[in-house]
Amino acid sequence: MSDFPDDLKYAATHEWLRLEEDGTVTMGISDHAQELLGDIVFIELPEEGKVVDAKQEISVVESVKAASDIYAPISGEIIAVNEDLADAPETVNSAPYTDGWICRILPSNPAELEELLDADTYAGMCE
Amino acid sequence: MGMRTALFDKHVEAGARLVDFGGWDMPIQYDSLINEHHAVRQHAGVFDVSHMTIVDIKGTQAESWLRYLLANDVARLKEVGDALYSAMLTEQAGVIDDLIAYRMAWGFRLVVNCGTREKDLAWMNKQAAGYDVELTERQDLAILAVQGPAAMHIVMDLLNSKGASAEAVQTGSLKNFSGAEFGSWFIARTGYTGENGVEIMLPNSEAPGIWDELLAAGVKPIGLGARDTLRLEAGMNLYGHDMDESVSPLSANMGWTIAWEPADRNFIGRSVLENQREAFKRGELPVLSGLVMEERGVLREGLRVQCTFADGAIKDGVITSGTFSPTLKHGIALARIPVGSQNAALTRCEVDIRGKLIPVRPVKPGFVRLGKKVFE
Repeated sequence: MSDFPDDLKYAATHEWLRLEEDGTVTMGISDHAQELLGDIVFIELPEEGKVVDAKQEISVVESVKAASDIYAPISGEIIAVNEDLADAPETVNSAPYTDGWICRILPSNPAELEELLDADTYAGMCE
Repeated sequence: MGMRTALFDKHVEAGARLVDFGGWDMPIQYDSLINEHHAVRQHAGVFDVSHMTIVDIKGTQAESWLRYLLANDVARLKEVGDALYSAMLTEQAGVIDDLIAYRMAWGFRLVVNCGTREKDLAWMNKQAAGYDVELTERQDLAILAVQGPAAMHIVMDLLNSKGASAEAVQTGSLKNFSGAEFGSWFIARTGYTGENGVEIMLPNSEAPGIWDELLAAGVKPIGLGARDTLRLEAGMNLYGHDMDESVSPLSANMGWTIAWEPADRNFIGRSVLENQREAFKRGELPVLSGLVMEERGVLREGLRVQCTFADGAIKDGVITSGTFSPTLKHGIALARIPVGSQNAALTRCEVDIRGKLIPVRPVKPGFVRLGKKVFE
């Protein structure tokens, strides 16, 4: 059974977001998404410093079975990237909500956060 | 709901994720594809391959018919139990299917792919007209493949406990690529992983019990996901991906399976194949090559392979099977690539991944054998 922490927001494209105290947003892919992908072996990391629009493709996560595009759930600037994933992409399988984070975004339009899904809605979608 | 093998309940019990595979509900993986892959390379794994089609051939003309039906020559099977790998070709020398043929005391046994079952049976029945042969599909049998460095030892112990003469299995009749009947079982030293091991064909009713005994002996259940990464590391073709009816066996690295001698053996597709053979020698047909990508990433079926030749020509090939090799920890693939004009050398090979050209190295198909890297 997948884990859907209550304190996170979710996108229908299976990314999770956490609003940090400093106003930035940390994101990754959901437990459900990593389960579907299976063993992750490569991540094409987002580009640090890049300004992106909501729903823009920013990264690719590849498992043995499939490649999956990762989208920016909100508009903003990518201010940090989890470089540890370059050598240990499997961290996304083992800890999707903690050490397996993918990047941090400085939102340019925080109102977009309101459009994202809460845990119950997203969990319902994954059933 | 799809068709179910005799082991369906065992897959559910083992926590399998089930998928539709050629109309069958089959396990794609149990816990982790990569863990399952390593289990076969390092110890032993068991695959339920009961979805594959077994066809027994009896009759006074069984041998002469198969010598006509198949591109490889069953006359090469000298002893009961001996096996060979062959293509079954159309008149145009396209590959209808690849299969294994075993010589049995009472005739021959063929094991063909599940996805091609209907067209294979239709083709065989059509070609059988006028021959004294009897074809029987054996849906009453399950097939378990037990593969890995510890597989033989574990299966021997299991046979011993059943009172079979393990000595006979170990020394006499069970050479590599041959099999033997033990009561209602047929055990062959064949497989699809590049490891030692056996494939056991046995009555459906006996399969769940043996499955349990294998698991109790430390054999790990392996899904179709790891079956694919293992066979690709071993450089083995997958029908419908690396070859099909539109592809010459010569362009699918199956030239070694064609028995050209004796020259007077007429087999289906031979005359077209003779012409293809000349064209192949002149470099007019593409080849199936292995590809190695040492940069990070994964090679996938369908990706474009850009080949640059010594004379400056640039031609495209395509990946027919690609994956991430869990053993080597980098991308590997089989790709159909063109040959240079006047045999101009291939100087550069790159794969187009999301618009970026990533360098790859062409190698002989075959990447891992008995747990070890085999290409230079």
